[in-house]
Amino acid sequence: MKQLTVISGKGGTGKTTVTASFAALAENAVLADCDVDAADLHLILKPEVISTHDFFGLKLAHIDYDLCTRCGQCVRHCRFDAIDDDINIIADRCEGCGVCQFVCPVDAISMKERLSGHSHISSTRFGPMAHARLFTAEEASGKLVAVVRNNARILAYEQKRGIIIIDGPPGIGCPVISAISGVDICLIVTEPSLSGMHDLERVLEVTAHFKIPSLVCINKCDINPDNSAKIKSFCKEAGVGVVGELVYDRSVTQAQIKGLSVVEYDDGEVSQSLKAMWNRIMEILDQIK
Amino acid sequence: MKVTVASGKGGTGKTTLVTNLALSLTQLERVQVLDCDVEEPNSNLFLGAELTHLENIEIMTPVVDAEKCDGCGKCVRFCQYNSLALAKEKVLVFSEMCHGCGGCKLVCPQNAISEEPRTIGVVEGGNIGALMDKETKEIQTPHIEFLQGLLKPSEPMAVPIIKALKKRMWDDGAVLLDAPPGTSCPVIEALRGSDFCLLVTEPTPFGLHDLKLAVDVVRSMEIPFGVIINRDGAGNDEVRKYCSNESIRVLLSIPESMEIAKLYSDGIPFVTKMDQWPVRFQNLWSDIEKMASAAQMAKVGEVK
Repeated sequence: MKQLTVISGKGGTGKTTVTASFAALAENAVLADCDVDAADLHLILKPEVISTHDFFGLKLAHIDYDLCTRCGQCVRHCRFDAIDDDINIIADRCEGCGVCQFVCPVDAISMKERLSGHSHISSTRFGPMAHARLFTAEEASGKLVAVVRNNARILAYEQKRGIIIIDGPPGIGCPVISAISGVDICLIVTEPSLSGMHDLERVLEVTAHFKIPSLVCINKCDINPDNSAKIKSFCKEAGVGVVGELVYDRSVTQAQIKGLSVVEYDDGEVSQSLKAMWNRIMEILDQIK
Repeated sequence: MKVTVASGKGGTGKTTLVTNLALSLTQLERVQVLDCDVEEPNSNLFLGAELTHLENIEIMTPVVDAEKCDGCGKCVRFCQYNSLALAKEKVLVFSEMCHGCGGCKLVCPQNAISEEPRTIGVVEGGNIGALMDKETKEIQTPHIEFLQGLLKPSEPMAVPIIKALKKRMWDDGAVLLDAPPGTSCPVIEALRGSDFCLLVTEPTPFGLHDLKLAVDVVRSMEIPFGVIINRDGAGNDEVRKYCSNESIRVLLSIPESMEIAKLYSDGIPFVTKMDQWPVRFQNLWSDIEKMASAAQMAKVGEVK
């Protein structure tokens, strides 16, 4: 079983647009949406949810004020500034470490499970899908990403699927690391803007650190041909293959409005490029043992 | 006044808004810009400040003294982040998983654990010249003070860097914060204490879906907010309908435009090339001021 994660560094470069088309083109895939705090893939894949599970993220400190003597030990020991001077827990800062509970001399603090989201297993017109919803203002998105990936692996084994296609989150932090760890290939979708290029360089440092082979797709490549050329020469020097270039086309937004992947919506230039890119990635994945 | 620009969905134009608004405001106020998107900070690609290193951001991670450690495993059981493991009665530290809570050191009965700082990122800053005055061709002072945090690639934790950055925030003047995308902890940390939030979206199903999530966040934090529609005309009217149903004000729309897209791709803030825009951003600012102070008054009223 192979795993491919689509990431970008910079948000809004077209990860989900690309992933949705791959989902339509793949013949034997499990889909996984690992952008758990602003998931959009379901807007195109329209999953029918088969089962939902509670996700408990980090624990949350809870103070019994009948026992609390307001000695302030917990405030002094909390490294996350999650307890204010009036001994109130600031829930969205609490990382559930349990230090306050340990240092409390009167056992007034307990650590409670905190429901932080849900994970779903679903079916779509393109095959099974694992996805999730992290409640807003919650921590532990990396942990929920790990749950989604695990669900996707189980689906792949049960249904004998050959590839997991993962829609990753933006950025380079915790949820991204969780979405790429141990995958066979990362596809980085970038755009020919200074921001896109800057973020591409940073995200490539992350994939290199975790020794994950990376490929690049330049979206809206015709908006700034000079920058597109720079990306290509940068990638060449870095030994990273550019496997696709997509032109700017309003059909991409129109497909999204219709709730379709681009390759389903029409057979224009962008669709053709997406198909060619998918075939190239499959060839490259086939060469990886 | 502290105004955070956030979005839910990435790539909708947060940085575009922050940088163009900052440059437009220099004619009116002292401006400070904080790029809180520490995973992928991009504001300075447009502002071009010469950055100097201000501080390293460190978290304290455990070091186990193998001679003192008797392999009891209390630290391993205490750690909520799987950053400690016991192998053959020896404690192994996976410091990239560590959140730096200090619990392992506290629970160790042998005093075998000490801590050492690990650098997870930096805070940098610099000053930027302002827009030129049209008549006099003079560069207006004061300038923009620009600060950004930078998470080291392969490090997972953005929040400590955002916190360090915000310690340098001004108490007065126009303070603009560029938030990271999403709706989870780094966004909350950027938003905390803001007087107002601008939510930037685009008129597409993805933009609308993530806007709704972002609206949940700012409403739960009780921060007054308004919406900016970027690439207006590129999609459909659903964002406008949603805003009108929810009584959310659309404060500005920036049209879908090849000229703006091209300037953006070259790292050029469009207010420096398109004369009609600085005044629009200044008007936006006075709308924000009115809305923020009305919200403040309402809050005071509630307390009374």
